[in-house]
Amino acid sequence: MDPIFVNSKKALLNLFSAFLPDWTVVLVSIFISIGAIMVLGPFTMMYLTWFERKLLGRIQNRIGPNRVGIFGLLQPIADGVKMLTKEDIVPEGADKAVHLLAPIAIVIPSLLVFSVLPFGRNMTAVNLNIGVLFFLAVSATTTLSIFMGAWASRNKFSLLGGMRSVAQLVSYEVPMVLSVVPVILAAGSLSTVDLVESQGGWNGFKWFVFTPWGFTAFITFYLSGVAECNRTPFDIPEGESEIVAGFHTEYSGMKFALWYMAEFMNVFTVSGLTAVLFLGGWQGAPGLPSWAWFFIKTYALVFVMMWFRGTLPRLRVDQLMGLAWKFLLPLTLVNIFVAGLWFFIPDLRWRVGTAVALLGLTFWALMALNRTALPEKRTYEFAE
Amino acid sequence: MSPPVLEKTFQASDPVLQDTETFEVNLGPQHPSTHGVFRMNVKLEGETIVSLKPVMGYLHRNHEQIAENMSYLGSMPYTDRLDYFNSMSNNFGYALAVERLAKIDVPERAQYVRVIMAELTRLVNHVSVIGFLLNDLGAFFTPVLYAFREREKILDVFEEVAGSRMMCNYLRFGGVKRDLTPAVTERIKKIVRGFPKFLDEFEGLLTRNEILCIRCQKVGVLPYDLAVNAGITGPMARASGVNYDLRKVDRYSIYDRFKFKIPLGKIGDVYDRYLVRILEMRESLKILEQALKEIPAGPVMNPKFAALAKAPRNFKPPKGEAYGRVEAPKGELGFYLVSDGTAQPWRYHVRAPSLINLTVLEDLCLGHKVADAVIILGSIDIVLGELDH
Amino acid sequence: MLGVLRGMGITLKNFLASYVLPRRPDSLETGGIVTVQYPEERLPEKENFRNFPFLVFDGTVDNIRCVSCDICAKECPPKCIYIVRDTDSEGKPLKRPKVFDIDFTVCMNCGICEEACPFDAIFMDHEFEIGGPERQKSLVYHRDDLLKSTAHFQKIRPTDFAAIEERRKKDAEKKAAAQATVQAAAQPKPQTPPSPQP
Repeated sequence: MDPIFVNSKKALLNLFSAFLPDWTVVLVSIFISIGAIMVLGPFTMMYLTWFERKLLGRIQNRIGPNRVGIFGLLQPIADGVKMLTKEDIVPEGADKAVHLLAPIAIVIPSLLVFSVLPFGRNMTAVNLNIGVLFFLAVSATTTLSIFMGAWASRNKFSLLGGMRSVAQLVSYEVPMVLSVVPVILAAGSLSTVDLVESQGGWNGFKWFVFTPWGFTAFITFYLSGVAECNRTPFDIPEGESEIVAGFHTEYSGMKFALWYMAEFMNVFTVSGLTAVLFLGGWQGAPGLPSWAWFFIKTYALVFVMMWFRGTLPRLRVDQLMGLAWKFLLPLTLVNIFVAGLWFFIPDLRWRVGTAVALLGLTFWALMALNRTALPEKRTYEFAE
Repeated sequence: MSPPVLEKTFQASDPVLQDTETFEVNLGPQHPSTHGVFRMNVKLEGETIVSLKPVMGYLHRNHEQIAENMSYLGSMPYTDRLDYFNSMSNNFGYALAVERLAKIDVPERAQYVRVIMAELTRLVNHVSVIGFLLNDLGAFFTPVLYAFREREKILDVFEEVAGSRMMCNYLRFGGVKRDLTPAVTERIKKIVRGFPKFLDEFEGLLTRNEILCIRCQKVGVLPYDLAVNAGITGPMARASGVNYDLRKVDRYSIYDRFKFKIPLGKIGDVYDRYLVRILEMRESLKILEQALKEIPAGPVMNPKFAALAKAPRNFKPPKGEAYGRVEAPKGELGFYLVSDGTAQPWRYHVRAPSLINLTVLEDLCLGHKVADAVIILGSIDIVLGELDH
Repeated sequence: MLGVLRGMGITLKNFLASYVLPRRPDSLETGGIVTVQYPEERLPEKENFRNFPFLVFDGTVDNIRCVSCDICAKECPPKCIYIVRDTDSEGKPLKRPKVFDIDFTVCMNCGICEEACPFDAIFMDHEFEIGGPERQKSLVYHRDDLLKSTAHFQKIRPTDFAAIEERRKKDAEKKAAAQATVQAAAQPKPQTPPSPQP
């Protein structure tokens, strides 16, 4: 089962190489990979919308979509048809070119980052030696597209959303990148494939998340990732109760669908990268094929993101910035130091002890420093 | 290509880069969290509010004028539409005013039924308003739908006794429209028994949630003095520590027979308003338990006025005036009636708690962020039907 | 941190419970899915549920109870009832309506017409699916659309029906007795409408 996708691609290539010159076979190979991603991306997005609606429904004691197809499985297609047939409204006075470009520009990076995700053993479209860096750099460009859309809409809510989005994404980029550093230190490589391979062992369970610094980095990376995707509780750029829909207020029809597509693909890729960096990617117990492990882990993380959405209210702008700069950033910096120490201390007990002590101390110190921002307990009087 | 947005948003003569401007935003009337058609004209400095003007009247329906051209009973269904979340309390206030005007006695059982319905309404209102507050905070509908699960049970009871889930039109001058059947009483008992469990779950989801705490604490603080001076009533005043509850102060109907306490907050921020509502629900449950235990048998309608429903136009209270007020879930709801001896009131006035509680909105919001304005509005608990009556 | 985790535990519990626990009506007590898949599943109608009014006839459509006395039209708070009395071929007014229109776009289901009617002729129906293709004409119900038999009334509100029928029977007996005494005394006496009983 494991190499089924790899083998089918090889078989296809063999078929083509029978009657095509050698140099075109390379091109065909590239196109097959691109094609697979182009199918996977939108398909993931479509079914993530379904998954989210079902999940939120169940959390809220509802059933969720159940009308189109069995279990509402055709709902995304119905939605797609609806989106395509809707009128495309561009506000008067909007910058039409940028308004059109923004949703396109946001989908491209979301699709590009699929190329460095290792979906299974030998199942990476491009094994870049700077894969992680590529991922972070490309996904950072979403800021630009969001601001393009917000600015071009000529709507004050959009503009507010765009401003918030820029502030938020730029802030969370920092702890996100810094929390990747310990993992790169441990693996000695920036390639996603090498990162996953360095987590092999212990029957496939030697994941970075099981070390103190790995765990801390996992939490900080995942939280920053949630913020990067504009998901609850960090969804202030599109906070629907405050600024209507934020940057995509003025979008309708297929352009709106593209914003959603980018958001859901980001959810998938960020969860995927978290799985790759900290949860061993496609490593796992040998019973299941490698790609199954990858998807199980990724969807588990996606589930958590949607679970957040079903539970938590959102933070305010200043609190959000505070969390990034006053809490996550110092924590990730200390975490890098801890990870460095980890490789210097030979004895396992000392290693774990130092790491836990240092991280615990930092956590406690940060909590104490941020005391004013923390909730207080209240008491109430009862009058007769 | 030059961006048209830039040219149009700022004046060409403004030295844009040297001088910043305030940013004016209209929150509403079509906005997800204005709870209806209400508009806030907000001036922002960055995201901080420097000026806020509430604009209301989008749902103005001429309520008072309609009532002045209507038989006394004919206004009863219109009071349902004031605050459409608590039609029973509205009915109660209006019935009380007319009963004072015409000096109608209400039989014992009807008094109890009224209290039970009013307290059930309070539960409905408070759970929903907390749910909507959480929606304003950005929780994606989960608390609302948990709240609506409980609301559903209570609305079923209303439907069974009054015929309608929200527009109850249940109270009559001198009693109530229909008696509670034993099955319904049993059902109410079941609801009252099950409600604390739900409240515990609801509180588990919310009260200690750090995100909710930091969003709500120290936001929109209403000081004691301002609350008193602005005439704020209801849970909002009690969250600021004002010990003013008409059930204790006015002792209307039979509230002096029940043992219950008034929870008071100390700071008066959004979090206090939230928790005072939760605590109030627990007190309401106490009243309900006592009322259900003590409820006597007997008629639910004063027989002298039973015929009134058959011919509302023949009901002509003596000349005079009366003010009936109840502790509606949102605050003091008063109906002022002046009769000139005809079948229609000469003057009919509603003291709507939503309207009066809203007057402090600007004071609460200044200096906070846009996101806070939304939750402050949510915590004031307005219903546009009552605000623009 | 703990509060957030506890909240997430509660939502997870609800999520899992929705797969295990029963559906309505039990779910209102136990938790679990509380929604109803409307066109296929319906909640049982409450007997006292009131929606738009209808006119009652006894037995055949000619036997309309309504005597077009116009009381309901006068008492109706939003004034959505319009009545024209029927006349016979000679132009003499008859005790039945020729036109009885209710504008359901205006009607607010308050039930005051039902309470005010001295002849038990108008009642509140359970029918709520009255959507139409346009908003002006299809929602103005005319006399023939509003007519429904007593059997229908008995079906939707058995308790009220029984009480009203009993009262009507008593009134009829009283009336017959009164008429007998009238005939015995051979002097006219004004006829009183049946005494109201809410």
